[in-house]
Amino acid sequence: MGDQVSYDDVEVGMELGEVSYPATRLSLVKYCGASGDFNVIHWNERIAKSVGLPDVIAHGMFTMAQAGRFVTDWAGPKALVVEYGVRFSSPVVVPDDDTGATIGVSGTVEEKLDANKVVLGLTAKSGDAKVLTRARAVVRLP
Amino acid sequence: MAINPDFLGRTFPPSAPYEVSRVKLAEFADAIGDHNPVYRDRAAAQEAGYPDVIAPPTFPIVISMASSSRALAEPGLNLNYAMVVHGEQRFEYSRPLHAGDVVTAAVTISDIRDVGRNSLMTTMTRIDTIEGEHVCTAYSTLVERGGAA
Repeated sequence: MGDQVSYDDVEVGMELGEVSYPATRLSLVKYCGASGDFNVIHWNERIAKSVGLPDVIAHGMFTMAQAGRFVTDWAGPKALVVEYGVRFSSPVVVPDDDTGATIGVSGTVEEKLDANKVVLGLTAKSGDAKVLTRARAVVRLP
Repeated sequence: MAINPDFLGRTFPPSAPYEVSRVKLAEFADAIGDHNPVYRDRAAAQEAGYPDVIAPPTFPIVISMASSSRALAEPGLNLNYAMVVHGEQRFEYSRPLHAGDVVTAAVTISDIRDVGRNSLMTTMTRIDTIEGEHVCTAYSTLVERGGAA
């Protein structure tokens, strides 16, 4: 968890440096259980491949949660997320090994709005693939 | 077979009340690997100004999915779940969910259309406390690969 960011400290164009988050088969199994989303493509390689996927893929919501964590860690505990949206542009493919996949998230302050709100544009990559597009969060800072 | 367009605009009755619990929030935060104390330590959450531990921003999907899965299972909708991937997701929040909230989720199918070879369906799920306070609205777009008519 980062320190508390305040609205006055933030400038449009500020870059938020990349943070890497791991996604292993164990992460997906835990996410299945905690979320209630047991879609077989997130844990069964045989079925994932039979429906044309390269391997088991992460839940889109798992990836979105990692980018969300990037936002809340940067913004600090008193910041309120007002809006958060993404498009899932490419799956995070999670191989059956000890490393799994890595999701790298970075961001930019795109706008400062009234009422202490700031707009963050987010980028999330796994390998060479952009896994989220149009990823954007609006947070209200103290 | 394509998603049945007759379901466009269909609204489903609100779900049974869902009680947000500290244990579930901590379990979810663990599953996404997020160690932020505001999700599991009540004193830390209160110090940050919340009445109790709060939910990570994507947690409302747990509540909205439980409701929208009833909609997806409707006979006649023709959604092939094995071919479904999540296309887009957006949340609008009035405030963070916190432990002790008791909420209902009301699902509306707000869009059904074909894009290329795929079928898209968007649900809008409104999450309100049982006292009638709006907490969050979730918009989910599912893509059925190869589902277009």
